[in-house]
Amino acid sequence: MLEKALTGSRRYWVWIFFLLAVIGTGFICYLRQFDYGLGITGMSRDVSWGFYISQFTFLVGVAASAVMLVIPYYLHDYKTFGKVVILGEFLAVSAVTMCILFIFVDLGQPMRVLNVILYPTPNSILFWDMIVLNGYLFLNIVIGWTTLGADRKGVPPPGWVKPLIYLSIPWAISIHTVTAFLYAGLPGRHFWLTAVMAARFLASAFASGPALLIILCLIVRKVSKFDPGKEAVQALGKIVTYAMFANVFLLGLEFFTAFYSQIPGHMHPFEYLYVGLEGHGKLVPLMWISSIFAVVALIMLVNPNMRKKESALAFACVTVFISLWIDKGFGLVVGGFVPNPFEGVTEYWPTLPEALITLGVWAIGFLILSILYKVAVTVREETSSWPSLH
Amino acid sequence: MSINRREFLKLAGFSTVMGLTGSSVVDELLKTKAEASQVLVDEKALSAKRWAMVIDTSKFKTEEDYKSVIQACHSIHNVPDIGNPKDEVKWIWTDTYEHTFPGQENEYIPEGIKHKPFLLLCNHCYNPPCVRVCPTKATFKRKDGIVMMDQHRCIGCRFCMAACPFGARSFNWRDPRPFIKETNPEYPTRTKGVVEKCTFCFERLARGLKPACVEKSNGGLIFGDLSDPKSEVRKVLSAHYTIRRKPEIGTQPSVYYIIGTGGNENA
Repeated sequence: MLEKALTGSRRYWVWIFFLLAVIGTGFICYLRQFDYGLGITGMSRDVSWGFYISQFTFLVGVAASAVMLVIPYYLHDYKTFGKVVILGEFLAVSAVTMCILFIFVDLGQPMRVLNVILYPTPNSILFWDMIVLNGYLFLNIVIGWTTLGADRKGVPPPGWVKPLIYLSIPWAISIHTVTAFLYAGLPGRHFWLTAVMAARFLASAFASGPALLIILCLIVRKVSKFDPGKEAVQALGKIVTYAMFANVFLLGLEFFTAFYSQIPGHMHPFEYLYVGLEGHGKLVPLMWISSIFAVVALIMLVNPNMRKKESALAFACVTVFISLWIDKGFGLVVGGFVPNPFEGVTEYWPTLPEALITLGVWAIGFLILSILYKVAVTVREETSSWPSLH
Repeated sequence: MSINRREFLKLAGFSTVMGLTGSSVVDELLKTKAEASQVLVDEKALSAKRWAMVIDTSKFKTEEDYKSVIQACHSIHNVPDIGNPKDEVKWIWTDTYEHTFPGQENEYIPEGIKHKPFLLLCNHCYNPPCVRVCPTKATFKRKDGIVMMDQHRCIGCRFCMAACPFGARSFNWRDPRPFIKETNPEYPTRTKGVVEKCTFCFERLARGLKPACVEKSNGGLIFGDLSDPKSEVRKVLSAHYTIRRKPEIGTQPSVYYIIGTGGNENA
């Protein structure tokens, strides 16, 4: 089926070569980082994780969100999602690949990455994260490819894929829970030491992932003859709405615990992020943009008349995605390191090479996504005249 | 007997698998491989069940007292002086009372303590979170309580830095070697991309010497076996009231502090 990605319109190839150029730029910067060391980034002794690990954390959520399509379609036989479920699975493949790459570019000694397998250490959450991420990647590639291949031949998917699909449901939950545990189990990092971390991660994942998927569905409909369906987009819109409310609610719980208890260690990271601490507040404007976008998105999403207009829904989804990207793809990781263990404030801001490497990894993700979507869309265009088999 | 191609391949595959897994099982059963710690033990080596340190802050009076201790450690361990806080590598250093014991400060503590530098180093916790999170066992706790680093196994993920509640760990953000003023050939330098920290001078203990900082401290740093009631650290701990950093976190630091200004309380 992969050959379908090798033929396309001029617009398709311009897009592919644009991505390749971004990847190339990122790769050159990575070679520089590989030579010089991670000092090329904005990270420091005090803020020892930055953009790379934040992107990884955010994208685990995007990957996990495929389950929001798999559950209704396969467990509740919600046929409306029949056409989009493959888009969700392929989005998961692309997102998990980015996650793995972001961990890789964050390593100080990337040539030793196999030490994680050579010296397996079950007490380390990172060990489990490696297992669940790779497992999830494998599951989604196999499930997505097999079901699409069956579709193409006009036959139902083979029986053996069903157990894998069921397995992928708890597995999706596990990738984001384990990722939350990377943070939530560390003593002395007040911002992360919270039992609702995994729940908050899942809520934000189920908002940001489907929001991105809605945008992708609308793009796919525009650039191809394949229509994922108005009803499917609307159903996804409802999922985004509920999940975004849950996410804002959980964030509110964090604020309550910190500011009603008034324990300084719990308040300081929130103060740093939203009003600044000891005269430092590089992230304050971003965090407020995130908050305002969240409110705007919720007002638009909760109003059914607005949500039903696809242009308004698309706008709301873009604001949800940006809001959550700032919150989780930036603020969450940095906030955990400020203040430092000595109650001092060291700020973090990514450097240009760091930003270009980050963009390069995103471009690899989008390249994988574009190729997989091209295959899926072409297969669907060819079979769209056939009656549904599911 | 002739075998066909298919059988040959089956046999070859089986032999390979046995060769790969079988030999290590035999090794394990016969214990043919020595453990690193079993190699060449010096008769004079100092040993303990749990090494610990008491910092008698009253004994540190002048800038020089701190400097000589820090200098002793950093020079023999080839700790680079990069000269900017972003890339900084440090094993032992000083900070204020407020930063050393966050949450235990109050407005009215004596001026002599408020502005006094306090020595900071790895706490060699009894229950170390850095060891718990390391995905490769590159950081591990020895039988004598020392929290060690294997700089050849570290992949540079910096999970241990996020996990350490004491900011004891430094990462080599760049090649440290150009920033070492005078390289000590008896101790390895590090490469870029690995984490490092104080190791309680495991290499000196193995040769019967106390840690370098202790040696240079004029009695300000007391070092010994916490599990031995007759050790010097235990005597000091039973005679003085001591505190540890962030005890509420439950890591059980092995570094204790006697808080005193050194007779300058009324100054």
